[in-house]
Amino acid sequence: MNSSYWNKVAQALRRDPVAMAAAALLALLLLAAWAAPWIAPADPYHGSMLHRLQPLGATGHWLGTDELGRDMLSRLLYGARLSLLIGVVPVAAAFVLGTVIGLFAGYVGGAANTLIMRTLDVFYAFPSVLLAVAIAGALGPGLSNSLLALTLVFVPQVVRVAESVTTQVRNLDYVEAARMSGAGSLRILREQILGNVLGPIFVYATGLLSVSMILGSGLSFLGLGVKPPEPEWGLMLNTLRSAIYLNPWIAALPGAMIFFTSIAFNLLADGVRSALELRA
Amino acid sequence: MLFFLLKRVVYAVPIALGVTLLTFLLVYLAPGDALNAIAPADAPAEVIAALKHTYGLDRPLPVQYGLWLARAMHGDLGNSIASGRAVRAEVLAAVGNTLKLALLAAGAGVLGGCLLGAVAGLRSGSALDRLATLLSLVGVSIPHYWLGMVLTIVFSIALPWLPAFGAGPDSAGGWVLDAAHLRYALLPAATMAVIPMGIVTRTVRALVSDTLGREFVLALRARGLGEFAVFCHVARNVAPTVLAVGGLQVGYLMGGSILVETVFAWPGTGFLLNTAIFQRDMPLLQGTILVLCLFFVALNLLVDLLQPLLDPRMVRR
Repeated sequence: MNSSYWNKVAQALRRDPVAMAAAALLALLLLAAWAAPWIAPADPYHGSMLHRLQPLGATGHWLGTDELGRDMLSRLLYGARLSLLIGVVPVAAAFVLGTVIGLFAGYVGGAANTLIMRTLDVFYAFPSVLLAVAIAGALGPGLSNSLLALTLVFVPQVVRVAESVTTQVRNLDYVEAARMSGAGSLRILREQILGNVLGPIFVYATGLLSVSMILGSGLSFLGLGVKPPEPEWGLMLNTLRSAIYLNPWIAALPGAMIFFTSIAFNLLADGVRSALELRA
Repeated sequence: MLFFLLKRVVYAVPIALGVTLLTFLLVYLAPGDALNAIAPADAPAEVIAALKHTYGLDRPLPVQYGLWLARAMHGDLGNSIASGRAVRAEVLAAVGNTLKLALLAAGAGVLGGCLLGAVAGLRSGSALDRLATLLSLVGVSIPHYWLGMVLTIVFSIALPWLPAFGAGPDSAGGWVLDAAHLRYALLPAATMAVIPMGIVTRTVRALVSDTLGREFVLALRARGLGEFAVFCHVARNVAPTVLAVGGLQVGYLMGGSILVETVFAWPGTGFLLNTAIFQRDMPLLQGTILVLCLFFVALNLLVDLLQPLLDPRMVRR
């Protein structure tokens, strides 16, 4: 693994204004999520039946209130915590698990490779939303179950990418040279292969961030993810659905947050892809 | 060619079997007992035992799977635990509604995506190209369940033009395709169409601009062909991939329709899944997932079989 490679990638990324803007937006959201207890104007759990569904710009509630009279701005800020978590954790978990399985399958090859890849083909036969809904539905509602369901949806996809790049790298001359000089399998995997396959896998994984965010909030929207009264954008969208006749724009706010975050994730992923391609 | 096609068909069999196994095992992920939905918590042990025997839950797991698979192959998906009705009848009715929505959405999305992508690819770098790129970014980034809500707010509440939910004036849905029923399908189909449109736009744009740079295009131009004739040759090269991407989208849309169906109270498979999950009705859950997945496998196979007919180069590769 050489750090100058990743330094150059980071350099190329820093010269990409769109990717940097997206990264800045995500950093801002992360900061808001972290600082929510200090910057939120009100308690996100405390409602008031007298102040239900206040419009945008109401006194004391800039972004209005929800169906139970809770301050929307505070709930959106706190909601960033769980929603970003749902976007990042399953992808990170799938990145690690998928890379390990894919490296193993690609490096070992032969019957073990066939067994692993054909088993994963079965997961590929499920449309991803259906697989997530099926696993989360069978496990029952809850944050950890929905994180697990999303991870299981992404692992086969990451494995496929990892396996295919590893298979390409495995027979290159420098790997052969390392093997002849007496390096063990683990050492070859760590020193020769990992550094050369991590880039493409990383690009693929960053592309999954927005999918994870949309799908994870979607599970909460269906009642399969985060449970009330926790603030989470998808769940807020669900509970506010009944309010679209009374105060439609308040009801649409949490979805706009998901939308902008997922655009930022996608733009950043595009930037990472072209930065790595410039290096390759 | 025949060997190639045959190989694909044979390859689909273990996949389909794997899907049945995974669908069957899904139920055993569930916490608690499959009988929770019908038996009260304080039911006497002999009642539980009798119920278990009725549903075959007292046998070893592999035997249960074998019996379930044998029945499923004969088209018997068991009875819904909650309603007691045949799962097959419920799923068939719902699949029709979902398929209607998915076909409308995929049709509109692929058509729109082809247009946008072709224009963007042909006029690379122009304002139209940037617009198409932006639209496809929105298409893949938007949480479509939220888009559904926004469309409802705009077109059924602010402007009372279209119905906000249901599948038809008689709330029955089905394959009636008159204006009264299509009005109901318009908003959910438009909502779903955004996903395939974004993906197809990206694919077509990349393919068209890539194909335009190939040598055969240069040769065609050198022979004096007009822009339109050149475009026809490019389209012929792009078509097989668009067919593959667009065809699979129908399957993804059917599997993913649960979110949009929830927003628009559309009586399709998503509605069934919802019912099955929250009433813990495992036969209904298994049946619906199995039918949707086998449909997806069959669609994959169909696309694989059609592609080499459009592009004979695939066989040689």
